[in-house]
Amino acid sequence: MAYLLSLPALLLFAGVVVIPLAMTVILTFHDWGQYKGIEPVFILKNWREVFGDPYYGEMFGRTFRIALIVTVLAALFGAPEAYILNRMKSPWRGIFLLVVLGPLLISVVARTLGWALLFGGNSGLVNKVLLSLGVISGAIPFMFTETGMVVALVHVLMPYMVLSVWAALQRLDPQIENAAVALGAGPLTVLRRIVLPQAMPGILSGGVIVFALAASAFATPAIIGGRRLKVASTLVYDEFLNTLNWPLGAVVAVLLLAALAMIVIGANRLVERRYAQVFG
Amino acid sequence: MAFLALDNLTKSFGSHIAVDRLTLGVEKGEFVSLLGPSGCGKTTTLQMIAGFVEPSAGAITLEGRNLRAVKPAKRGLGIVFQSYALFPHMTVAENVSFGLEMQGIAAAERARRVGETLDLVGLGEFAGRFPRQLSGGQQQRVALARALVIRPQILLLDEPLSNLDAKLREEMQIELRQIQRTVGTTTILVTHDQGEAMALSDRIVVMNHGRAEQIGPPHEAYERPATAFVAGFLGKTNLVNGASVRPERISFAASGLAGTVKTRIFQGNHWLYQVDTADGLVTVIRQNTGEAMPEEGAAVHLAWGAS
Ligand SMILES: Nc1ncnc2c1ncn2[C@@H]1O[C@H](COP(=O)(O)OP(=O)(O)OP(=O)(O)O)[C@@H](O)[C@H]1O
Ligand SMILES: [Mg+2]
Repeated sequence: MAYLLSLPALLLFAGVVVIPLAMTVILTFHDWGQYKGIEPVFILKNWREVFGDPYYGEMFGRTFRIALIVTVLAALFGAPEAYILNRMKSPWRGIFLLVVLGPLLISVVARTLGWALLFGGNSGLVNKVLLSLGVISGAIPFMFTETGMVVALVHVLMPYMVLSVWAALQRLDPQIENAAVALGAGPLTVLRRIVLPQAMPGILSGGVIVFALAASAFATPAIIGGRRLKVASTLVYDEFLNTLNWPLGAVVAVLLLAALAMIVIGANRLVERRYAQVFG
Repeated sequence: MAFLALDNLTKSFGSHIAVDRLTLGVEKGEFVSLLGPSGCGKTTTLQMIAGFVEPSAGAITLEGRNLRAVKPAKRGLGIVFQSYALFPHMTVAENVSFGLEMQGIAAAERARRVGETLDLVGLGEFAGRFPRQLSGGQQQRVALARALVIRPQILLLDEPLSNLDAKLREEMQIELRQIQRTVGTTTILVTHDQGEAMALSDRIVVMNHGRAEQIGPPHEAYERPATAFVAGFLGKTNLVNGASVRPERISFAASGLAGTVKTRIFQGNHWLYQVDTADGLVTVIRQNTGEAMPEEGAAVHLAWGAS
């Protein structure tokens, strides 16, 4: 009987996830021509093109490289941020939590445009100031660069890392650091040997979320990378809405999804196997 | 001067005085309990000795040197926290070994001492387990071993048994006392359980509202309480003719204070009576010797020796 109760949810899942996904997979095998449009046949042309043309390899490489760098940076900045936040006293904690979560409250487009205005070309505010002060001789490139995408993505996705690590830190016994200190540990040893290992599950699960969101992000790479510097999601968008080569776009979309699913499931397995015994 | 001396130790949080001019000397090897109701400042006192709470005033000296000038990490005290605060990502052996590692002791020596201490607390075969895989009593012993292995000058215990069920608590009390006797470490125990304090300690400090109301051996505090609070806190007591008399000191006799039995409760090894007298309700505890006892409603006379 209990299974019946989950039926509506299952039907909804099938309706909005499984069926469109299956249709996308089928689409990858259809033919497409500039003038004839989509032809419902079964061919491997699109798959061959994606695997044969180094352009796509480069594009996927860029997508996952950006996602990886963003994840590492988010962990590097987010974990200490969560630690500090966790140690703050009541009124400050609330205020700083709002600051940390701020990026989530502002629309992606507005936020990314803000970055673009600050750094965009010679007319960007920061570049203008630095140029006029003579600190730099040429504008720091931001628009249409991987660096720009990484900076903007780290900014957006950091809250997920902070929240995830914070959740892990909140399970920490408040006396545990004192226990280590009483045994003679200095502040750095306490951080490295006691706090970090216990924050690790939070950092890893936050990392999985950030990686998945960075690899599939659309708005930020679309605004900063434009049509010059494409990542998987902006390429799919272009194929679907500009070139109208749906089958090719479908191949890229399916590959992105498969790669992400594999990475996320693999990472989860790893985390579970490593920590089941310790944290249960 | 005492081994550990607290001199007018005071801690206030804003306008609230948590510990009020506490003066206490603890001798080497002694087992002293801080006993008192919740919020009376026991933990705060312990945390000041450990160095995690900065005193507002007063002095702490260990073997004559000023302990307040020593950082918590350098005090070399063994602490068992109420929550145990074990390191969940380390095995039992790693937990116990941590303090030795911090002292820079070589691996072989470390392993030897960890094994020795785990055997002492009866956890020899659990060395490879993680804290989560242990029962409450076993976790408590790991915490004890972790504190003892560094051979601390003083062992500080903050309600180490309060998370255990009654039976296990009794077992652990006996074990704790035995271990303390074996190792001979000066120990300060915080508890709100008067039975526990009296069973374990050489001396008890009865605290109320941050002040020490009485400091002395358990039987002395029990028999000659300095204040009404101490008398009430250490056990049931009757106020008859302005004197306080323990219920087990009162017996049924042919003559004495007249009264009628209001209630009678059988508690296995003893009977608990409430007797209505001209001086008000008097509680009487009599050993169960198998003999017939006065029933409810019976007219009785109460007698007690001057104590
Ligand atoms: N950090 C703090 N800030 C403000 N007040 C505090 C703080 N720590 C303790 N207090 C107050 O000081 C008093 C003594 O606290 P303490 O923790 O020492 O009590 P305790 O005797 O250990 O009680 P319990 O048996 O409940 O553990 C309490 O009234 C408590 O509210
Ligand atoms: Mg306490």
